[in-house]
Amino acid sequence: MSTMKFTKDHEWLKVEGDIAVIGITDYAQNALGDLVYVELPKMGRQVKKGEHFAVVESVKTAAEVYTPVTGEVVGVNDNLSGDPELLKKGLDEGWIAKIKMTSSDEMAGLMDQAAYDAFVKTLG
Amino acid sequence: MIAELKMDQAMSEQQNDFGDGNVGLHYEESLLWEKEAGDHPGVDLPTPKGLKSRTGVAARGEIGLPQVSEPTVVRHFVRLSTWNYSIDSGFFPLGSCTMKHNPRLNEKVARFAGFGNIHPMQPESTIQGALRVMHELQGILGELTGLPGVCLSPAAGAHGELAGLMTIRRAHELKGNAHKTVILTPDSSHGTNPATAAMCGYTLRVIPTKETGRMTVEAFKEALGDGHDVAGMMVTNPNTCGLFESEILPIVDLLHKAGGYFYCDGANFNALVGTIRPADFGVDVMHINLHKTFSTPHGGGGPGSGPICVTEELAPYMPVPTVVKTKDGFHLETEDDRPTTLGRLKGFNGQFGMHVRALTYIMSHGADGLKQVSEDAVLNANYILSQLKGDYSVPFEGPCMHECLLTEKSLKENGVTTLDVAKTLVENGIHPMTVYFPLVVQGAMLIEPTETESKETLDRFIKVMKWIAAEAKAGRGSVLHENPKSTPRRRLDEVKAAREPKLRWKKSN
Repeated sequence: MSTMKFTKDHEWLKVEGDIAVIGITDYAQNALGDLVYVELPKMGRQVKKGEHFAVVESVKTAAEVYTPVTGEVVGVNDNLSGDPELLKKGLDEGWIAKIKMTSSDEMAGLMDQAAYDAFVKTLG
Repeated sequence: MIAELKMDQAMSEQQNDFGDGNVGLHYEESLLWEKEAGDHPGVDLPTPKGLKSRTGVAARGEIGLPQVSEPTVVRHFVRLSTWNYSIDSGFFPLGSCTMKHNPRLNEKVARFAGFGNIHPMQPESTIQGALRVMHELQGILGELTGLPGVCLSPAAGAHGELAGLMTIRRAHELKGNAHKTVILTPDSSHGTNPATAAMCGYTLRVIPTKETGRMTVEAFKEALGDGHDVAGMMVTNPNTCGLFESEILPIVDLLHKAGGYFYCDGANFNALVGTIRPADFGVDVMHINLHKTFSTPHGGGGPGSGPICVTEELAPYMPVPTVVKTKDGFHLETEDDRPTTLGRLKGFNGQFGMHVRALTYIMSHGADGLKQVSEDAVLNANYILSQLKGDYSVPFEGPCMHECLLTEKSLKENGVTTLDVAKTLVENGIHPMTVYFPLVVQGAMLIEPTETESKETLDRFIKVMKWIAAEAKAGRGSVLHENPKSTPRRRLDEVKAAREPKLRWKKSN
C-alpha cells in the first residue's frame, strides 16, 4: 500500500513502508521550463528535512529540490543525469531519489493530492 | 549551419548565395582558425640559421596558431565588435543593472597622462595625485553611504560582496563568534548573494517574501530564530522587485540585537543616492558598483569596480590597501599598518581607471546633481509603470523605486510569454529588459530605464510594449512566437545550447 504526498515546494513523495520516493510535480516542471541538468544526491547521504538534496537546472533557472523527510539516500535515479527530461515522466521514470526515512512523523505536515491541487489553484 | 539559421525571407530573396552567409553589409564571421586555410601570416620572420637544441628536445613543428594577415585580423575583431549591443547603441533597460550613459568627460580625465601612464609599482612619492583621487573618492563614498570605512580595491560587484562578507567573517573571528555560521537572505536576492555566502563558508537561511514582495518582520523573526547562529543578513535595498524594504528598521534592530551584521547589496544604490544614507537604515557593510551608480562603463565596455563601505566598528577588518593621509602625504595602507585586516584581495589597488571616472562623474554632478540623478531614475521607472500597468500584470502595487516589475500573467491565456515579449522587442529595435528575474515572480519583466533616457525614448518603448500586449490579447500570439524576424540570428535553441555546449574548437581533418 503506497500513498502520495505533496509539499508546498512542489515535490511529490510516494511512500511505501519506510521508503519515500521523491520527485517534482508537473506544476514545478511547467514553471521551470525546458530542463537541462539534474544534480543528484550521493547514495548513502544522510539528509535532514528541509535540506536541499538535488538541483534541477532549466534554461531559465536552477532550482533546489528540498527533502521533506529525514533519512538516508538509498536510491538515485542515475538515468536523469543523461536525460533530464525524464523528470517529466513522473512516478516510474521521473523520480529523483529514494530516502529511507528515520521517522514517519514528518508525513503529518504534507498534503494529499486533493489538498495539493487546491493549493496549486491558489497560486494562479 | 549558418545557412540554416539565416532569415527565411532573405534566403528566398537572395539571388546569389555564395555559402558564406554574408547578406547586405552584414558579415558572418568565422573563427580566426577557420580563415584562409592557407599560410598567410601577417609577419615574415627570417628562418633562423644554425639553431641547435641545447636541451636535446626537438623543436615542435606546427603549433597551430592561425596564419592570417593583419587586415584579416583587424576585420575579424572590428566585425565582432559591431555585433555587440551597448548603452552607446541604444536603450538598454536591464533591471538591476543600471545601464546608464558613460559621460565622455570621464574618459577624457581617465586618459590624462598622470592617471593613464602610471604603474602601481611606482614609488608612492611619484603618484601622490593618483592616491589623492582615491582618497577623495573614499571620502565621498563614505559620505554618501554614511559608512566611513572605504576600501576601493574590489574589482567588481560580486568581488565587493565577497570582500564585504569576509570583513564580517573576520570581525566575528576576532571577536570569538565562531558559532555564527548562518547568513539570512530574502528569496528575492541577487543570485550572487547566496553564492557569496556559500563561498565564505556560511550556510544560508532564506527569508520568504513571496506574498508581499518585501520582507516582513514576521518572516524575518522566523528565519532569525534565537539568532545565536546568525552572522549576518544580505539584502538588496531597494530590492529586486523595485521596492524599498519598508520594514527594514525593525528588522535590522532585531538582527543587531542578535549580534548579526547587515550587509547591503549596493546594486540598486542608484535609487537612493543623495536621498538616504544606507547607514541610516542600519547597514554595516555595503558594496557600491561604480560601474552602475557612478557611470563607469560595463557590459563589455570596461572592468567593473566594487568598493566596499563599512561602519567605523568594522573598518579595522576590511581588506588592504586603503589610502590614508599622513603628515608625509598619501599612503597605501598595508597589513603591517593594520594587522586586524582580513588581508589583501587584489594584486594591486583596484581598478584605478574606474576610480578616476567615478570621481569625475561625482564631481561634475555635485551633490544636487547626484540627488537629481536618483530622483529622475525613480521618476522614469514610475512613468513606465504608470503607462503599462493596464497592459501587463503588476505583481506588487506601486509606486516603485528605480525599476518596475511586470509579469506575463495577463498574456498567458493567449499563449504569450515573457520570452515572446522580449523577442518582439528585439524585432522592434529595443534591447529587452531583464526577464525571468527575480525568480520569486513567475514570468518576470524587470525594467530599469535609468535617468539617462529621454521621454521620447521611454514613449517609444511604452508604445511598442502596449502594441505587444494588444497583439497578444487580440489572439495574434502566434505571430509573436516568430520574432525576431529581421536579426541575423532568430530564436536560438537555448535548450540545446545548455545541454550540448560547444566549449572548444577542434581542427577538423
